[in-house]
Formats: sequence, C-alpha cells, structure tokens
Amino acid sequence: MREKTEKCVVTFRTTTGAMAMERACKSAGVPGRLIPVPRTITAGCGMCWAAPPAAREAVEELVMEQHLDVDGIYAIIL
Amino acid sequence: MIYLDNAATTRPKPPGVAEAVTAAMNAYGNCGRGVHDDALSAARTVYGVRQKLADLFNCSRADHVAFTQNSTQALNIAISGLLTAEDHVISTDLEHNSVLRPLYRLREQGMAVEFVSAGRTGSIDYGDFERLLRPNTRAVVCTHASNLTGDLVDIQQVGAFAHRHGLLFILDASQTAGVFPIDMERRHIDVVCFTGHKSLLGPQGTGGLCVREGVEVRPFAVGGTGVQSYLETQPMEYPTRLEAGTLNSHGIAGLGAALDFIEKTGMDAIRAHEMDLARRFYQAVRLLPGVTVYGDHTAPERAPVVTLNIGDVDSAEVSDELAERFGIATRPGAHCAPRLHRALGTGAQGAVRFSWSYFNTAAETDAAAEAVRVLAEEAL
Repeated sequence: MREKTEKCVVTFRTTTGAMAMERACKSAGVPGRLIPVPRTITAGCGMCWAAPPAAREAVEELVMEQHLDVDGIYAIIL
Repeated sequence: MIYLDNAATTRPKPPGVAEAVTAAMNAYGNCGRGVHDDALSAARTVYGVRQKLADLFNCSRADHVAFTQNSTQALNIAISGLLTAEDHVISTDLEHNSVLRPLYRLREQGMAVEFVSAGRTGSIDYGDFERLLRPNTRAVVCTHASNLTGDLVDIQQVGAFAHRHGLLFILDASQTAGVFPIDMERRHIDVVCFTGHKSLLGPQGTGGLCVREGVEVRPFAVGGTGVQSYLETQPMEYPTRLEAGTLNSHGIAGLGAALDFIEKTGMDAIRAHEMDLARRFYQAVRLLPGVTVYGDHTAPERAPVVTLNIGDVDSAEVSDELAERFGIATRPGAHCAPRLHRALGTGAQGAVRFSWSYFNTAAETDAAAEAVRVLAEEAL
C-alpha cells in the first residue's frame, strides 16, 4: 500500500455537494481530488475531497465564499 | 415521414444528442456510487446538466434541480410532496392528465381543487384566479401552454397572483421549456416541472423539477442514494431527497447535449422558427371549408401547435389518412387533456394536432396544409 501522509479531507452529505466542491476547486486552482471516504471519518456521502494540508486555508475560503454544502473538514493521515 | 407530432416528443434530436448517450453508455459508471473515474465521469456530467438547467430556469441552486423520468413523475413528486388533504388548490381546464390525476388523487383524500374554466374558445379569464381564492388556498398548479391548443398561460399574471397571496406556484413546463423563457425568480415560480424529450430536445426518460430554495418537497420514492446509507429514512438534502435509485445518467448526458444545442442556437431563434411555421400552417388552413381550428391564434406568442377538425369526421380517421396517404405524423384523440376537450366540445370527435419543432421546414408545413385541403375537400 502507498505511504500515508497527512491530508485535508472535506466530506459531504450528497454526491451533488461533492461535485460542486470538485468544480469549485478546479475552477479556483485548488489542488486535490475526490476519493472514497476512509473509515476513520463518518460521512454521509461516500466520496470526499482530499487535498494537501497546505491547501486547507484555500479550501475553507472556497467553502465559505461559495456556500458549498460540506459535512466536515478534517486533517487526517491517509 | 413528415413529423408534426413534436408536442408528443420531438424528432429528430439535435446533432450530438444520440452520440452523447452512446458515449455515456460506453463509458459511465454509476453516478454517486463509487469514486473511480467511470463513476465520477457520470457524476460530473449529471452535475453539469443540473447547472445548465438551473441557469435555464434561473433556479438559484443547482442542487435544487432533481432528475426524474419525465414531467409526470416530476409533477407527482411536487404535487404530492407539497399539498395535503387540508389544502385548496387552483388549477385550470387547460391541464394535462399529468397535473389532473395527481390532483384528483389528492381530492379523494379530501383536498379541494377548483379549475379556472376554459370557455368554448379554450381561453381562460385571469380574474377567475382571484374569484376562486379561499382562506386555505395553498397553491396554483398550472401548465405554461396547453398541449392541445398551444395557447400559453400568462405566467407573469399567475405568478403575480400566487405571490400576492402567498401561494405556492407549481408550473408544468412540458410544452415550453427550452423554447419560451421561464424565470423562476421573476415569475415567482416555486417548482418548475419539465420533461427532457419534448421542447428540450433530449432523450425520453429524462425530466425533472427545479425547486425554489426554502420550498420543502416531501420525498416521493425512497431508497438507494449512494449517501447516508445507515440512515433509515431518505436523506433530506436536495437533490438526493427527491432522487432514490440510479439516475439515468446516459439520458441526462443526452439532455446536456440538447441543452448545449439550445444555448448555441438561441431560444429566441428556435421559438421564432417554430412559431413562423405554425402560423404559416394556420394561415393556410384557417379558412378552408369544413375546417375548424381551435385555440386563440390572435395571441402574439403561442406554442407551435395547431389543432383542428374536418367537419365531423373522426379525428382518428383524419390522422390515419394523413399518415397513410400523405406520410404526415399527427396526433388525434384526446391528448390526455379531457377538461379542455370538453370545453371545446370535442370530447367525442377528438381533434387532430399538428405540432412543430426547430427541425421542421416550410416545405413540410406546406405539404401538411395541402393534405388538409385535400381531405377537407373530400369530406364536403
């Protein structure tokens, strides 16, 4: 298995919420990608946005600015 | 075949629609089930089409666009999810059974429904909305255009009425979406129900509803959503709230291509072409001896539909002659619009409906008018 590193992980309640996040991040040039939700997080939607820890601030700004429908934002080792 | 049955379903579809469906079938996984590339491709397309539809109807949130199989399903969801047995609802005689039957079913449970009546000409009096108002009136449910005559309902007036009295406004846009502007904000519309396969030029099996933010539609079907799997009830977040089961992402991909075509071509250009053809036909047949044309053709704008009868000849026979002898596809009978047929006095005879799309031509229209002339002459 791949080496684990810290990630900023954003979870959602719906697939639509995840799609809105991906589109917003791509449009704003915020790095990351959609991955299956790891078992350490309880989340409604089975996909989450995983970004490098350095992108956390940019991610949080996007969520606030665009009223993205997120369930939670976590820092975890993946 | 000269296809003039576009109010039933448009044919052909724009270039790119069938290709988008085929490409989706060959490449997509299940939207919202799994996070691999193929599932994400489906989810991205579905989300993109939500955005296009939100833009089309000026719905403030893309996540408030829920997909269904068609308008009927969308109207069932909106009507049964917003109204109760205690409510009073105002509708019109112009409605299709996709509005009427969900209302009648709630009426059996005690809900009161009253209809703005269409006179012998098929026109409604907008003052009737005020006259039908009761203290417990909860909603107006109406079509944007009669699928039988093509007459438009003035959604500016109806929306203003609903807004003035704090009523929900549920609009059936089956015959107009993509051809006539529908602005949820300007017209105070709470729910727009649409189908993908008519004026939106997309595949059958696609449709949906756009819900104003803050309007709480109770879930209709419940089941698999790909999210919140341990919850015993349907998740209440839109659009998941109204979408149980695998979405038709293949069809939705086709609908997306159709929306792109409409945007590129321009709704105004599409509407102008269709109305020109319908008017051309109307002018050619209106004075033919024995021909009766229904609806208000003095209106500056109307859906591209001309419905007529020849003498007292069965509309089924006329439509069959048109198909078999002239190769012209029309729709006879009742058109799922029983109240308007009764108002027009065509309950027994039915009527023959000619309906246009962007892909029809003046030559086809003239051929259809000539066929009506021949049949009318023979019937004298």
